[in-house]
Amino acid sequence: MTESLIFITNQMSKYIIPFLLVGIPFYGLIVKKVKVYESFVEGAKDGFDIALRIIPYLVAILVAVGMFRASGAMELFISLISPILNVIGFPAENVPLAMMRPLSGSGSLGLFTDLVNEYGTDSIYTKIGATMFGSTETTFYVLAVYFGSVGIRKSRHALIAGLIADTVGVIAAVYICKLIFIA
Amino acid sequence: MLNYIWFGLIFISVVVGTITGRIDLVTEAAISMSKTAVEIAIGLIGIMALWLGIMKIAEESGLIKIIAKIIKPITIRLFPDVPVNHPAMGSIVLNMAANMLGLGNAATPLGLKAMKELQELNEQKDTATDAMCTFLAINTSSVQIILPATVVGLMGASSSEIFITTIFATSMSTIAAIFSVKFLSKMDRFKIRQETK
Repeated sequence: MTESLIFITNQMSKYIIPFLLVGIPFYGLIVKKVKVYESFVEGAKDGFDIALRIIPYLVAILVAVGMFRASGAMELFISLISPILNVIGFPAENVPLAMMRPLSGSGSLGLFTDLVNEYGTDSIYTKIGATMFGSTETTFYVLAVYFGSVGIRKSRHALIAGLIADTVGVIAAVYICKLIFIA
Repeated sequence: MLNYIWFGLIFISVVVGTITGRIDLVTEAAISMSKTAVEIAIGLIGIMALWLGIMKIAEESGLIKIIAKIIKPITIRLFPDVPVNHPAMGSIVLNMAANMLGLGNAATPLGLKAMKELQELNEQKDTATDAMCTFLAINTSSVQIILPATVVGLMGASSSEIFITTIFATSMSTIAAIFSVKFLSKMDRFKIRQETK
């Protein structure tokens, strides 16, 4: 059942972009008589501005996260927090990925690759890791890009809410995998 | 909040880097990441231009308004302070749809377009509105229903097993995002202040 679901969704995602690229101009030009070429160029102009606008925010976030990873503080933090998380049944093998996920996309992909190489794809740790990867996002990056693009400096409760969501996501990943894969 | 986290990351990095003798690496990371940040931003220009162009057509043909109207029942609850037929609603929905289908490349430009439209409703331009925080929290909770291509690539045949677990975990994180953003927005310390420090 899940195989066919994956097949259908993968097929859908293959055609969705071509569909949008042809469908939206079709509706515009044929149905609504919009000057599609001129509209496209008009809209596309903003791409450059937005990309430039997010640079300072991206530099701020990526530099801080990069320094943190390079210093070894991450490993230190993980070794401190692992015993505590073990008490609630959170496997030590999955702590690094859970901690890295909100900070860095490339970093967490690297850690997930390590899990696959170390334990194989059938291992519970790999499955938990894959579930975590699919259910959380690189919150700091998204915050920098989204808020940066419109010049929002005061993010209020957005970061903490994003981190709560990440925490719930990783914990849910651990428990659902334990429930399903360790019978 | 972000001020302390940002400073904290840098401060801890320098202290720990000094103790562990990896201070060279810390410096190197700072310099190379500042370069990476610019490369990421520049790399976004083309894809941003493509989707913003397509979105402009969708907007001028009235497609965005139609979409906004269809999903009104949901958005009216999630974003009570955004007018029901505002174009931001259309962009938000398209962004979420792109995220669900794992189309990260399309999702970011659509999301940034939504942010721009939400910003037009914002009275204090440097401060995030409730709607922006809700939108961001839902985005960071990942509403993906298709497994990330990278994960499928690494997991191979086992990826079908984690399909259900991922949907479960991502639903939980999205629900948590919505509840926490609604709850936190009512807390005193996160209220929008008219006076800026």
